[in-house]
Amino acid sequence: MPSVTMTVNGMERSGTVESRTLLVDFLREHLGLTGTHVGCDTSQCGACVVHVNGSSVKSCTCLAVQADGADVTTIEGLANGADLHPMQEAFREHHGLQCGFCTPGMVMSAVDLANQNADPSEHEVREWLEGNLCRCTGYHNIVKAVQAGARAMGGGS
Amino acid sequence: MNDFTYHAPTSLDEALAALRGGEGAKLIAGGHSLLPVMKLNLAAPTDLVSLSGVPGLGDIADGGDSVTVGAMCSHAQVAGSAVVRARIPALAAMADGIGDAQVRNAGTIGGSVAHNDPAADYPAACVALGATIVTDRREIHADDFFQGMFATALADDEVITAVRFPVPARAAYAKFANPASKYAVAGVMVADGAAGVRVAVTGASGDGVFRVAEMEAALGASFSGGAVAGIAVSSDGMLSDTAAGADYRAHLVTVMAKRAVEACG
Repeated sequence: MPSVTMTVNGMERSGTVESRTLLVDFLREHLGLTGTHVGCDTSQCGACVVHVNGSSVKSCTCLAVQADGADVTTIEGLANGADLHPMQEAFREHHGLQCGFCTPGMVMSAVDLANQNADPSEHEVREWLEGNLCRCTGYHNIVKAVQAGARAMGGGS
Repeated sequence: MNDFTYHAPTSLDEALAALRGGEGAKLIAGGHSLLPVMKLNLAAPTDLVSLSGVPGLGDIADGGDSVTVGAMCSHAQVAGSAVVRARIPALAAMADGIGDAQVRNAGTIGGSVAHNDPAADYPAACVALGATIVTDRREIHADDFFQGMFATALADDEVITAVRFPVPARAAYAKFANPASKYAVAGVMVADGAAGVRVAVTGASGDGVFRVAEMEAALGASFSGGAVAGIAVSSDGMLSDTAAGADYRAHLVTVMAKRAVEACG
């Protein structure tokens, strides 16, 4: 079986996987990083969004072997100890979640947007979140949170 | 999903050797078409050969009267490319409308073209713009490349290396998108270039991308939305699903064609 090595949240992690093992399953089952969720498993809902080499991708539609050698960031990699990442803090401040299932993917997607656009408009946020589905909130507070989080990040993660 | 042997070649020659080495070997680029069909067991390759480590497939080059896009360029790269935005803005806009941000970060032009999903956007762009599909061994005009739903002119062991788009005088793409997937329910690319006016439709037909000769002739005589507004296409052979019936899809083709012409300015 193939072995993979990747940098996950700043630490080098290795494992033996099947070729068909999805990145999300490697993160959750092998590394115990269960903050990344599996929602639809069809690359539509965005609960599984992580960063691979700095870009947000859906880890349910990426093989672990495709991420061999990559730099991966998951929701667990954002906070600095007890200090939440500015985007996480903004989601808390603006009540950008209810059940929380979609939240890890929302936050990872939002951080990617903020890295490219430090002050996104409401329209830009809604366009960007096309691939992140939330069944609770109606998105309104999520959009407010993403705008506030992006401003708080000040153009950098 | 069935298991398979994964290959990560670092040269085109290695990729070709791996592709020929497995009985049911398939290439994988971004995986956003292939992995979903593998999850459904609609495809069960014995070997997957990744193109991610093959150098030279990720460049976008301005060739003057054409723009060449490397096969491994993601949709986000095409949408954000200064060259594509300056030379063929309709192509950049089309790429920016594929799926969602994360899909655009992973999915590639080469993968989309090779897969030839009947609802994918790139086939319409390739055919309308008169693109050439460049492979490891030959060049194939888009008119000859797309051969019906999920079918192309590619040999089993052939690798797309780039797609070369002639720069049109004007072009635009209008899509009626499925609200969930953003796949085209009907998408029309209109291009006015050296080869005349070309109108290519995706998403609507069960046979995949097709041209509308009657619209092309009408636009050649008078390039205006009004010239195509009265031209209906037959609903014979149109797809029919929960998103839209065949008659509605046929109707949408005319509406999207008119919008695309008007967006050409």
